[in-house]
Amino acid sequence: MKLMNCPINGARPISEFVCGGDLRAMPNPATADDATWADYVFNRHSIPGVKPEWWCHTPSNTWFIAERDTRSDQVYRTYLYGAEPEIMGERSHE
Amino acid sequence: MPLRLLKFALAQNHPEPRMFRQPDRLQSNYDAVIIGGGGHGLAAAYYLARDHGMTKVAVLEQGYIGGGNTGRNTTIIRSNYLTPEGVKFYDESVRLWQDLSTDFDLNLFYSTRGHFTLAHTDAAVRTMRQRAEVNKHYGVDSELVDAAAVQAACPEMDITCGGHTPVMGALYHAPGSIARHDAVAWGYGRGASDRGVEIHQQTEVLGITTQSGRVTGVQTSRGEISTPRILCAVAGSTPRLLQMLELRSPLYIHPLQAMVSEPMKPWLDPIIVSGSLHVYISQTARGELVMGASLDPYELHSTRSTLDFAEGLSAHMLELFPFLSHVKIVRQWAGMADMTPDFAPIMGKTPIAGFYLDAGWGTWGFKATPVSGKTMAYTMACDRPHDLIRDFSLERFEKYDLVAEKGAASVGH
Repeated sequence: MKLMNCPINGARPISEFVCGGDLRAMPNPATADDATWADYVFNRHSIPGVKPEWWCHTPSNTWFIAERDTRSDQVYRTYLYGAEPEIMGERSHE
Repeated sequence: MPLRLLKFALAQNHPEPRMFRQPDRLQSNYDAVIIGGGGHGLAAAYYLARDHGMTKVAVLEQGYIGGGNTGRNTTIIRSNYLTPEGVKFYDESVRLWQDLSTDFDLNLFYSTRGHFTLAHTDAAVRTMRQRAEVNKHYGVDSELVDAAAVQAACPEMDITCGGHTPVMGALYHAPGSIARHDAVAWGYGRGASDRGVEIHQQTEVLGITTQSGRVTGVQTSRGEISTPRILCAVAGSTPRLLQMLELRSPLYIHPLQAMVSEPMKPWLDPIIVSGSLHVYISQTARGELVMGASLDPYELHSTRSTLDFAEGLSAHMLELFPFLSHVKIVRQWAGMADMTPDFAPIMGKTPIAGFYLDAGWGTWGFKATPVSGKTMAYTMACDRPHDLIRDFSLERFEKYDLVAEKGAASVGH
């Protein structure tokens, strides 16, 4: 069984989790033009590689960030949003 | 045919002819380059050569012919879609399918079975009625039938599904068919090759060159080619190809898995689909049950299989057909499905002149192989989108003008 590490509940079966998609920055809806907004709503970054994603542990409704390789399905680390662990004194995703 | 058979019987040697030529080197330029040697790419090459007289064409395939989603689907062909755009498009495809074996002089094992989409809830019955009415309006043979009709067509089915999700009715589509998917790729490949198209396997595209907004060539693992026209028909690898041109798209890649049982005596004639149970099933000419379910739940660029899938699908299968509990599964596989937000494909021209896109075929691409080849060949030869694919353009997203085809995935509704 594949396990995922929830930052609150520890290692749990993958069937308890749902993926909420890539971690993305939302443009300001009040100022963004239609093209920028359409790009945000529809377009996706679907290039394989390691990327941060939103995941939810559904029994406890815990939303968090997982860094996962979308080629090998390996999860490198998980952490609560805004609580990214520091590596060698600098943040890997700014 | 009998004469050919007699000649074959009397001959001393019986060399098996190859399906298509395998040229040992790339030429320096082509009138068109097609990236992706699956059904769609080969069909486009075939119709370019046959209908538009464009024969200086290369098909580039990084693996082998039909080794991608063309050989990984569950081979269901139907046209009972939900939107007018979808119904017209897939109906043309079904028409093309029906005489494809004659066209190719190759047996595709095209077998018309009838297709039941089961409804287990009132909401599903309402959707089926809507689909039936849209279908009939466009002349597609499609109707809502009650549970007794389903039971009569498939006596082996437990129509109550163990008592908790009884079948209330179904959308019945008489032209629903299955075909042998490898033969489709080979047939198109042979037809194209016989007309002068070159098929290059084991040839990976590394880059695409452009000059002032026009494509000028392709860099491959076997050298450079110059060409004014490129068709991208690479399913799950589309985002990687588009990145070479810095184009963005709404495509997202999820694996779609399927599996096959051991062969058994023929017992299942129609194709059975259940949206609520996430199951589709048909029996092939050699007696294997071909079974599929819905997409894997998250993005993955891999064709690995999972036990979760085999377990989940088997559990649902047993609700419909409890007597299968002792049947063994012999193969399981996955393909990378390039999904779109509106479950309709992305076809036609792009912001880069001479770069044509045939993508977004998610879980519904096999049945569209002939019509997508035909319409993309027209689009490339005339440099304007064919009428049937106008609504499937890449720019529909920027204009918020989506197609709303969730009936596309057989288990989507």
